[in-house]
Amino acid sequence: MAAALLIVLSSFLLPADGYKVGDKVMIFNLKNVDNKMVALGHDATAKGYIVVITCNTCPVAQAYEQRIIDLNKTYAPKGYPVIAINANDSNRSPGDSFSEMQNRAKSSKYQFPYLLDQTQEVAKTYGARSTPTAYVVKREGNDYILAYHGAIDNNSNDASSASVHYVSQAINALLANKPVEITTAKAIGCGIKWKM
Amino acid sequence: MMNIKKLILLFSIFLCSGYWAMAQNVQAIKYSALEKMLRQSKDTVLIINFWATWCKPCVEELPYFEKISKKYAGKNVKVVLINLDMVKDLNTKVKPFVAKNNIRSSSIYLLDEPDYNSWIDQVSADWSGSLPFTLIVPSGKNARKTFEEPLTESQLEKEIQPFIN
Repeated sequence: MAAALLIVLSSFLLPADGYKVGDKVMIFNLKNVDNKMVALGHDATAKGYIVVITCNTCPVAQAYEQRIIDLNKTYAPKGYPVIAINANDSNRSPGDSFSEMQNRAKSSKYQFPYLLDQTQEVAKTYGARSTPTAYVVKREGNDYILAYHGAIDNNSNDASSASVHYVSQAINALLANKPVEITTAKAIGCGIKWKM
Repeated sequence: MMNIKKLILLFSIFLCSGYWAMAQNVQAIKYSALEKMLRQSKDTVLIINFWATWCKPCVEELPYFEKISKKYAGKNVKVVLINLDMVKDLNTKVKPFVAKNNIRSSSIYLLDEPDYNSWIDQVSADWSGSLPFTLIVPSGKNARKTFEEPLTESQLEKEIQPFIN
């Protein structure tokens, strides 16, 4: 009884569980900070993408900002560019409004799209619960298959102290046609500000 | 003029030291210590809240935990606040925060385990790592309850009622 109640309760409290590794992910089409729409798959030459659900305001996301920029620098030339997405409700988190996203992308010189998930459908469908959450997806024909999701590395406080680089390791494995060893990892992050 | 400045300075030092004397100590712990706490709940309802000073919704709900802790001080309820700031911020951010917000009823620890993936699932497989997160460990064999979202005072009250003797 208690367990049943808990399940019912949890289904109200939490978004769906999201994708598992091997799942075909939803092709989104969202507004970029330059007001143009960007879809997953917008770059025909890409072998896949690093999709990061992040935001302006979360200190953990801020701690990872440079690492996200670096991931794009390293892996875009190898066929895995970054697509950053902010899903926070700007009513609850004004610092994550579209204009603040534009400011952030400009001041931090993002060389990758920074998209607004206005309806929060992408974050919900992908199963993101906190920022930052990374998804490494691999192209297979017109589909994108989830290869890794979760933390970027195992030390949010200090990049140089991280000993396991989950996202890099996943992409390196994909590039070498090897199986991805660690397919998901959890991390402390800021809960996504869902619309009330 | 100089004397007044000195007096003000002395007075503020006095006030600050008073703060520190009243404030509880926040200890940095490792996961093994938390695991031990999680197991010790034979006759006590444990309410464990994971938070950080940088997490706004966490900070907003902290007073509710403190209230519950005060309210049920004589009962079988124990509130433990597990802080997830960086250990280097313990003295500069966490302790001043705890003093300023006058958190005295609940036990507070800083969990110094930056390799998050190594322990989050052990706390609860249902937890993604998103803050705030609350775990209610009832006494006896009742199932644990988890809340990966901010709680209101009435929600918290309602959730623990069934377990209070």
